[in-house]
Amino acid sequence: MMGLLKRRETSLLVIILVVVAAVTFRAHDFLSPGNFEYILKDSSILVIVSIGQLLVILTGGIDLSVASTIGFTGMSVALLNKADPGIPLVIIVLISMVIGLALGSFNGMLVSVFNIPPIITTLGTLSIYRGFVIVLSGGTWVSADQMSAPFRDFPQGYLLGISNMISIAILISLVFAAFLYLTRTGREVYGAGGSPIAAQYVGINVKKINFLVFALSGILSGLAGYLWVAFYASAANDSATGLELQTIAACVVGGVSIMGGSGSIVGVLLGSIFLGIVKNALTVIRISPFWQVAIQGFVILLAIVVNTVLDRRAQASMLKRRVL
Amino acid sequence: MDSILTLKGVSKDFPGIKALDRVDLSVRPGEVHALIGENGAGKSTLVKILSGVFPPTEGVITLEGKPISFRSPHESQAAGISAIHQEATMFPELSVTENIFMGHHLKARGIVGWRSMQERTRELLDSLQIKINPRAKVKTLSFAERQMVEIVKALSINTKIVIMDEPTSALTLREVEHLYTIIRQLAASGKAIIFISHKFEEIFEIADSYTVLRDGRWVGEGKVAEATVDTIVRMMVGRSLDQMYPKSEIPLGEVALKVEGLTRNGIFKDVSFELRKGEILGFFGLVGAGRSEVMRVVFGIDPADGGQISIDGKRVEIRSPSDAMRHGIALVPEDRQLQGAILPMNIRENTTLPIIGSLASRGVLRRDAETAVAQRYGTLLQVKSAGWEAAVNSLSGGNQQKVVLAKWLATEPRVLVLDEPTKGIDVATKATVHKFISDLAAEAIAVILVSSELPEILGMSDNIVVMHEGRITALMSRGEATPEKVILAATTSAGGERSSL
Repeated sequence: MMGLLKRRETSLLVIILVVVAAVTFRAHDFLSPGNFEYILKDSSILVIVSIGQLLVILTGGIDLSVASTIGFTGMSVALLNKADPGIPLVIIVLISMVIGLALGSFNGMLVSVFNIPPIITTLGTLSIYRGFVIVLSGGTWVSADQMSAPFRDFPQGYLLGISNMISIAILISLVFAAFLYLTRTGREVYGAGGSPIAAQYVGINVKKINFLVFALSGILSGLAGYLWVAFYASAANDSATGLELQTIAACVVGGVSIMGGSGSIVGVLLGSIFLGIVKNALTVIRISPFWQVAIQGFVILLAIVVNTVLDRRAQASMLKRRVL
Repeated sequence: MDSILTLKGVSKDFPGIKALDRVDLSVRPGEVHALIGENGAGKSTLVKILSGVFPPTEGVITLEGKPISFRSPHESQAAGISAIHQEATMFPELSVTENIFMGHHLKARGIVGWRSMQERTRELLDSLQIKINPRAKVKTLSFAERQMVEIVKALSINTKIVIMDEPTSALTLREVEHLYTIIRQLAASGKAIIFISHKFEEIFEIADSYTVLRDGRWVGEGKVAEATVDTIVRMMVGRSLDQMYPKSEIPLGEVALKVEGLTRNGIFKDVSFELRKGEILGFFGLVGAGRSEVMRVVFGIDPADGGQISIDGKRVEIRSPSDAMRHGIALVPEDRQLQGAILPMNIRENTTLPIIGSLASRGVLRRDAETAVAQRYGTLLQVKSAGWEAAVNSLSGGNQQKVVLAKWLATEPRVLVLDEPTKGIDVATKATVHKFISDLAAEAIAVILVSSELPEILGMSDNIVVMHEGRITALMSRGEATPEKVILAATTSAGGERSSL
């Protein structure tokens, strides 16, 4: 199990602790259970979608359409709920995942069947799916009072003292950690991304893997679509815009190689939580909202630089030890 | 014993080229079969057919008596043929264990059985006395260790035939010895090994039988015990060994480059030498002696921590490659794929890259001028290609090296540094490159030849600098140098003595 906690993830954990300590010094209630729970809750959607992004990045691709997929599935299930409040929540969640699967599969098909580079494919579908949101809604939005109580309340609920949002994020993390670490297909995701040619030689169906990761990313974005509109109690035309960049940031901060073949669920969890902490901290220590976005970007870059330098040091010392 | 693998009349056509023309090959279990031939002789094509990269245009391949055809590399592996590739096809970010089992992970109760894979990996490594941590990421391994992992991988899938494509080209002497031991062990256990090499010592050391290809055709085969170097060379290139090092005697001119006390902390120390116009100065040393590192500093890639460089008697500061180029220095780096050529670009673009500014008129690049330059140097070096617009990655290794040479010659250098210019290329191309180096010196260009091949150093240099662990341990003239002296200097440290010219 050593492989689960690699050096890079450990150094990120240290960076997070330093940030938390520094912020707590300025604002003492930053570490209060209430605020900490809020950060985790607020990061849950990012965690879920970033895991989908991780899968795609592991194959050397990128999925820019995740936020639009959230927007479209969120709007779809919100309208469905508005039209027929009697549909059970389980069915709503399943429908959101199926719609996500359909959108993700379309990406996957373009990438693996038509060989269109992922960045181009998903840049296109980013616009297409967002466009569908507006077509579907007719430019209006679904507000909280138009949603049924179970639909709206689920994200605010608790089970065994843990917020439903956090529970789902943990469940998804465990499922996908098991997938990536313990199944043959999961390992082949690393293989296909790490070296596509080598993967071919050992008989990995690289096209199949490429399709699969986009489909899975779609399912996770679909699930996040429902969670988003229910958590924020509103389905707007611009729901989640820009989230795709945050998922990429969460992966990169978490040590996922943008070249593919390297990265872990633990890293993505830490990366997402780091972003959540920075966002929250800037508000807590009362940084002007005008500055917040720029500072967020700066802190993300700083974390990546520090993490990369530490990682390179560690590798260099490892090589040195080998030589001696 | 009967053959395990037979090829009968195998041909391969590419648009415009017949890469293989009715080639026969027969390999028996338990033997090491050397596949010998110059660049473009068709060895790589043959390996690619055997490893399932593409099918032959015609001909029959039989494995254990049954005719076979592969639709993918994976099918070839599944049939029992494993190719250990020159450009290793590995997963750098993953562990040794996982590299071995990728594509056929062992399972325990439906999930990946990490423990049994670790154990199996350890067993396989132990059986060949390879000391590598199964958990180490492959990117942290040396080239030799990666090769070992590839061999172990072949064993893990019960391979019958192991193809090794120039396996020793990047190994140190000790690593080569270990590889030989492993190869003998594999052969003893009944596996057939197809061993591709340019080095005759190797063939005579390790191979039992051989097949020679030339220009895509079968030329001959036989038992190594009954062959001599000269017969094989003649088969390969149709000429004898004496023509390998066409060094012409040229009166040396003035000092073109003078290096004094050059130091880069922790890498090399106090390196001094002089290079005259028309001179070929050989730099010999073992891997890691610091030769390439000295050249990187001279060319301005890495900064010096001490010492000075003079060009034509004037002290110069070289802070970047463009400084070096302005002073008339050109460097042809060792690793042509990483540092030398931009592979997806075509021959014309590669050749004119360093002088692109001078080929533009009013900021617009003149393509005809570019083509003229590429043509001039390409023809001079006899680059074999489908034209000047052919992408460099479509060329063979030797021809890629020629393009890199052409590119630096186009800068019309006064000092030319060649780092392992003939590494990994075949005898015939080597001879062309040697002839060419000799011609350059005759035009009063000062040449530094960094090489790990002793015959090349001895055959081509006017003077020889030997380095060991970052210091110059000997300087000798062509007349003084013997293989024994040079090797001795390359393997013993400088002691307390300061070496200088």
